[in-house]
Amino acid sequence: MATTERTAYAAPGQPGSPVELAERYDNFIGGEWVPPTTGRYRANVTPSTGAPFCEVAESGAADIELALDAAHAAKDAWGRRSPAERAAVLNAIADAMEANLEALAVAESYENGKPVRETLAADIPLAIDHFRYFAGAARAEEGRISEIDDQTYAYHFHEPLGVVGQIIPFNFPILMAAWKIAPALAAGNCTVVKPASPTPWSILKLLEVIGDVVPPGVLNVVNGPGAEIGRALASNKRIAKIAFTGETVTGRLIMSYAAQNLIPSTTELGGKSPNIFFEDVMAADDAFLDKAIEGLVLYAFNKGEVCTAPSRALIHESIYEPFMARCLERIQAIRQGDPLDPMTMLGPQVSKAQLEKIESYVEIGRNEGAELLFGGERPHMNGGLEGGFYFEPTVLKGTNDMRIFQEEIFGPVLSVTTFKDEAEALEIANDTLYGLGAGVWTRDGARAFRMGRAIKAGRVWTNCYHHYPAHAAFGGYKQSGVGRENHQMMLDHYTQTKCLLVSYDQNPMGFF
Amino acid sequence: MIERLRVAHGPLAFFQSGGCCDGTVPMCFGEGDMPPSAHDVKLGEIGGAPFYIDGEQDERWGQPTFTIDVADGPAESFSLEGLEGVHFVTRTEAPLSCETEPAA
Repeated sequence: MATTERTAYAAPGQPGSPVELAERYDNFIGGEWVPPTTGRYRANVTPSTGAPFCEVAESGAADIELALDAAHAAKDAWGRRSPAERAAVLNAIADAMEANLEALAVAESYENGKPVRETLAADIPLAIDHFRYFAGAARAEEGRISEIDDQTYAYHFHEPLGVVGQIIPFNFPILMAAWKIAPALAAGNCTVVKPASPTPWSILKLLEVIGDVVPPGVLNVVNGPGAEIGRALASNKRIAKIAFTGETVTGRLIMSYAAQNLIPSTTELGGKSPNIFFEDVMAADDAFLDKAIEGLVLYAFNKGEVCTAPSRALIHESIYEPFMARCLERIQAIRQGDPLDPMTMLGPQVSKAQLEKIESYVEIGRNEGAELLFGGERPHMNGGLEGGFYFEPTVLKGTNDMRIFQEEIFGPVLSVTTFKDEAEALEIANDTLYGLGAGVWTRDGARAFRMGRAIKAGRVWTNCYHHYPAHAAFGGYKQSGVGRENHQMMLDHYTQTKCLLVSYDQNPMGFF
Repeated sequence: MIERLRVAHGPLAFFQSGGCCDGTVPMCFGEGDMPPSAHDVKLGEIGGAPFYIDGEQDERWGQPTFTIDVADGPAESFSLEGLEGVHFVTRTEAPLSCETEPAA
């Protein structure tokens, strides 16, 4: 691929940047920018340097109540709009995002540390497409009719839940917002969204772009500490559903609140996804082998901060040496640097706390006898990036019973092991608390099918990885959560069924 | 710190997180927020508050010894100490009686 040497994007607020930067940012409630009732703001840091670049509202429980007031005021009118009208709004959101694609990509990259080449090519286009998909899905929805007898009919309608609460993680701030907001609105609900504390700002840049095309109160965003406002939202009696993407214990807490209030919940939690390479991937030195090598190195995508990161590579023992050698070459070529540089492949981790945790896991791995094949340290950065939260792409070889194979590290750290046959590959793949993602690489279609059906995970990538198209259901088995996203079936999670049971019989039944 | 949280929020309970975006940290909740299940193992108490871990998670971790510490910088999660501008940290050590074979 021939690329011109493009210079890095200027940081938000700097001359030449596509992104404007204000000093402080409020909440988005009822179609307006509303200061937090607490009067408090918190510094927001860019992980490429560790330096703060703006302030964002640090709200309290009262701000959640304001957002719920706005959502409840809007819900009847929004719920009564025709599917075509709601679809038009979702398409208008997509169009507005597309017109501002570059700015949104740069903003998200700067706040989260993910490389701008990923936000330009993946995050923002996928988010745009998500709104378009659910615009179509909303119009294609139908109810059902059951004929009970020739005078009695059951008419089934999908009705909105009303107002929902949605809590999103830091790893794909704008895409995760799209995954939650699009189906909620498509189904006729209003939403209150709580972004993650490390990434409260890029979603506000999204709201600046789309706020005008959404009726006031339909979409509300409140920033603040999870311990206070996350709790205030998830345990609130005024939401009809809670959706959460994040870690597993918090997911349990969310479901516990939902149980207390008798409301539905959907959760997308952690993972320790196996990426399985059968011996036939090396049957030829062709494009497919190249793709498989890239498939292994995808553990470093988004700096490994992905719930479905292919963080365990299982390689058939007969090809381990040559395949791993090719992969290590590719890992060595990973360009680590300023996330706003379009040539950068690996940006900084989102926070210092994440960086420290990754470091401690590499130490745990080495202490339990894993062999360090690559990386393992904080790299020396220069050019202003010295304070950034960078970690080298790292590979550790060991066995599946080690903690580095069982626990979610959430960084660019790959745990590698070998297997001797299909049965052992399957056993290792399923020997985990989690069941979110998996990858199977083989030229044998029947084997791919057998493995895919036997792996206990909600998403099995087959001869690919890290594809997240709309219209492909996504969600977890086991401790990875409950519910499926990215597919029309999600509209069921955001509606309730009304059955009109109608009798055209004029005569009494004869009971009383 | 635990005493301060108890005064502010009432009786507390700790749950050990498994990792992912909020890190491998102890989560500090109000006692009533999330009752422990039959599958949770109580590892002990800190500051009078019970400390739980999911039983299967504990086994997969090799049942290490846990030490809980406090560090600067607010917890980004639902854990209550975030409101005090600090975060709890878990440090683990392999159990003293090591039943696994050392790696060759």
